[in-house]
Amino acid sequence: MFDPAIMKTIFGRLTLESLPLHEPIVMATFAAVAVGGIALLAAITYFKLWTWLWKEWLTSVDHKKVGIMYMILGTVMLLRGFSDAIMMRAQQAMAFGANEGFLPAHHYDQVFTAHGVIMIFFVAMPFVTGIMNYVIPLQIGARDVSFPFLNNMSFWMTAAGAVIVMMSLFIGEFARTGWLAMPPLSGVAYSPDVGVDYYIWALQIAGVGTLLSGVNLIATIVKMRAPGMSMMKMPIFCWTALCTNVLVVAAFPVLTAVLALLSLDRYIGTAIFTNELGGNPMMYVNLIWIWGHPEVYILILPLFGVFSEVTSTFSGKRLFGYTSMVYATVVITILAYLVWLHHFFTMGSGASVNSFFGITTMVISIPTGAKIFNWLFTMYRGRIRFELPMMWTVAFMITFTIGGMTGVLLAVPPADFVLHNSLFLVAHFHNVIIGGVLFGTFAAINYWFPKAFGFRLNEWWGKLSFWMWVPGFYVAFMPLYVLGLMGVTRRLRHFDDPSLQIWFVIAAIGAAMIAVGIAAFLIQIFVSVRNREALRDTTGDPWNGRTLEWATSSPPPAYNFAFTPIVHDGDAYADMKARGHDRPVTGFRPIHMPSNTGTGVILAGFAVALGFGMIWYIWWLAAASMLGLVATSIIHTFNYKRDYHIPVEEVERIENARTALLVQHKVTTA
Amino acid sequence: MMLDRSTRSPRRRRLLAGLPLLLLGGCNMVVMNPAGDVAVQQRDLILVATGLMLLIILPVLALTGLFAWRYRASNQAAKYEPDWDHSTQLELVIWAIPLLIVIVLGAVTWVSTHVLDPYRPIERLGPGRTIAQNVRPLEVQVVALDWKWLFIYPEYGIATVNQLAAPVDRPIEFKLTSSTVMNAFYIPSLAGMIYAMPGMETKLHAVINKPGNYEGMSSNYSGAGYSGMRFRFYGMSDQGFDKWVAGVRAKSMPLTRANYLRLEKPTENVRPMHFGTVDPQLYKAAVNMCVRPGSMCMDHMMMIDAQGGGGKHSAEPRNGVGHAEGALEKQPEEKGAPGHWSKPREPTPPGAQQPGAQRNRDLTLNRMPPAATPGLRQSVRA
Repeated sequence: MFDPAIMKTIFGRLTLESLPLHEPIVMATFAAVAVGGIALLAAITYFKLWTWLWKEWLTSVDHKKVGIMYMILGTVMLLRGFSDAIMMRAQQAMAFGANEGFLPAHHYDQVFTAHGVIMIFFVAMPFVTGIMNYVIPLQIGARDVSFPFLNNMSFWMTAAGAVIVMMSLFIGEFARTGWLAMPPLSGVAYSPDVGVDYYIWALQIAGVGTLLSGVNLIATIVKMRAPGMSMMKMPIFCWTALCTNVLVVAAFPVLTAVLALLSLDRYIGTAIFTNELGGNPMMYVNLIWIWGHPEVYILILPLFGVFSEVTSTFSGKRLFGYTSMVYATVVITILAYLVWLHHFFTMGSGASVNSFFGITTMVISIPTGAKIFNWLFTMYRGRIRFELPMMWTVAFMITFTIGGMTGVLLAVPPADFVLHNSLFLVAHFHNVIIGGVLFGTFAAINYWFPKAFGFRLNEWWGKLSFWMWVPGFYVAFMPLYVLGLMGVTRRLRHFDDPSLQIWFVIAAIGAAMIAVGIAAFLIQIFVSVRNREALRDTTGDPWNGRTLEWATSSPPPAYNFAFTPIVHDGDAYADMKARGHDRPVTGFRPIHMPSNTGTGVILAGFAVALGFGMIWYIWWLAAASMLGLVATSIIHTFNYKRDYHIPVEEVERIENARTALLVQHKVTTA
Repeated sequence: MMLDRSTRSPRRRRLLAGLPLLLLGGCNMVVMNPAGDVAVQQRDLILVATGLMLLIILPVLALTGLFAWRYRASNQAAKYEPDWDHSTQLELVIWAIPLLIVIVLGAVTWVSTHVLDPYRPIERLGPGRTIAQNVRPLEVQVVALDWKWLFIYPEYGIATVNQLAAPVDRPIEFKLTSSTVMNAFYIPSLAGMIYAMPGMETKLHAVINKPGNYEGMSSNYSGAGYSGMRFRFYGMSDQGFDKWVAGVRAKSMPLTRANYLRLEKPTENVRPMHFGTVDPQLYKAAVNMCVRPGSMCMDHMMMIDAQGGGGKHSAEPRNGVGHAEGALEKQPEEKGAPGHWSKPREPTPPGAQQPGAQRNRDLTLNRMPPAATPGLRQSVRA
């Protein structure tokens, strides 16, 4: 009926076969997601929320709203990444001997690849970027980031990458290569399917967002600090964020380049990483880890900053050793580039090369250790209030120290020869990423949530989440250390030795505890929203904070500060409170603000279409959406309605309302 | 050949019975209790490094608990110094102690990395045990295939699949390569792992000190059949090894190039195979990716390139299979439809080896019936 050549030209390699028509469960999931999505859209339409959503959120260039959207993206993707984890744990707990488990290799291999990709790129990265986005302008007393439109566009590019990954669940399939897609396995010769193309385009598009957001935050921290805030008076979180974004700007282009080279191999038949014609897959391994190692510091450094802020605030003390903390951060930033080879000691480098990279890796533990001590001595002679953020911090200090120890062990090349690619390694990096990045994110969410929304998070559910997550982590990952020492390697789908099973069952129980922890976290947010009046923070300073973000109201007005604060001390707000600073209540002026724009959303929409066209070889779609991207960018440069002034009456109204609230608070607490 | 099978079920019963004991004692932690001198030294290094680090880790953990308890807000008796944020002496200690530990650990690392370099020939059989003058290392050529291991013994002119044997206390020199993608060769009881990579050769030196039946595997994910890419490694007495070699030699099946090309096709959970004779040039051809008749060997190609290249016609792929076409080079009808991941996969004969073939190496079945004998779900006979 249809000429196949024409069909292929129109639809590329997309056919009805690419839809989950064969699998009732997936079809049902797909249908449920579709119905849920339609219901959500219908609800938005019914309650006439489209305009509000579009004007207040999707097109917003306000760093606070962009930050919150990053956090929502991270949370949604956490659910996806975690369901992959549960599937893996279940498969490994049951697939012994004659039992093949419930996942065939074709599916299981996609699950562990997707788990890694999603957790790093679409959970950890959005969380980290979201926290930095929200907090940094407030901490340095700025009205927004340096390039507000770029910020909105960066978010949407990251979201576009996430959309592409999610698409692979329902249309075609995802990569079966492991999260770094190492060639030759990821080359077109051994992975001719769409999976690796989904991987490449999701990361390339999200990478644009990450890189631009890195540029934006560096410019913000360097150029937009409040008067008086010299570099060495910046809150430590700003320092860690600055170093992280320097790492982003220096490392992500390497990822972009190496993935571009891999796509050249896959799309135009070059032989850069192939086995034949002089290609060299080892080059990919090196390049991807030259990005990959700094990436782990990109993830952890901002959370080091969060822990510093939290420790200092809840100990009611200045941070111990601010200067050495700054230098430790900078040293880690530099050393992060000198250790990449420790990810492949077993690829056959000479002993001297391996020793060099082993020792540089150990050297990183010195500044990291110094940081741990600095937090310890911040607690020393403090008055520690064990609110949720502080609980997460103490859990981090213990967990991360253990993870750091196993990390240094893996840095000893001969030890790595027996532990590399084993479940010991898997346990190690979950130990530092969950113990560091995830615990830090929960500390940050509990710490800054009252600032962002004007009410605290419910403690009971928060504590339940904490007490499920932290022991759950140990139950889930300590057995993996044991299994690693039993010589069990990673990414296995099936086992013959029945004596291993008990450990996998224990690990699965741990994963179930973490599932409860995640559920409790979601309930915590739901319950807190419902009881928001009781949890209301009227002061803007619920924790007796020390840095500038606590000087403004909760939630802060769009312009953050009616008057740019003047900074005299590192702990600027603690200093203001100690000197009896009075909040100015008169003399307001109109405030110059950036306007919202829908360009970011449109660009991201074209980017998704471009990725989809490239993945499925629908060349006309790819070309058209590329044209759309360029045209939209050019048209946007002619948009001259980029800013507006908040009229002075509006500022007065907002600030007077706050004054009234503060007076009322004083009366009720007096 | 069937050693593994015959011992399987009693062993399993014993293991099940001793399970609680195993959990407590952890006595099957093979990495902590290996049988080869190299792995023993690697184990010792793990213990030394862990011990060194515990010197600082334990105080940190203790201090965290102590400070968290002592300076809790409700303990008004504890000292409170909100502005104390610097102490030069303390900072010195904070930086110096980890530095000292890293200096010691770094020295240990430098020495041990050189001593335990997998490329370095074995210099001892164990602590204080030297190697007799006349002992030559046993050379084993290893080829990682999709998804099984081929072992060639050039000294004996034999080859095996998924079964490796070596005499106790004789150094072994492994030379490794791969036919398609990266794998890692790992026998936890014997020595650390090393990657096996296509078109390249890596080396590993080791020695086994105790007779026994050990597990070996690929430890680098290599595709659908990766989980079943395991083999048994037998440490044998000299007489036992000679008998084993004789047994393999007695097999009439030769490992010719044609047989290799059939063997090379993707298969999974392959049971051990024995080849009585081997094409002596086979391993060299495998490393140079030119087993296929009429294909040009990489070393030959590199020689031509080194001499300035072979002119325009040398741009033609010469390895007989061509290289994978990029998407833009494909005709519309060649684009193929990968199908959704949930599409049931037909039980197909061994997968394709042509670069870029849609069915390439996609072997594992979507719905696999539970097999009666685990580990032997599908097998090929060359």
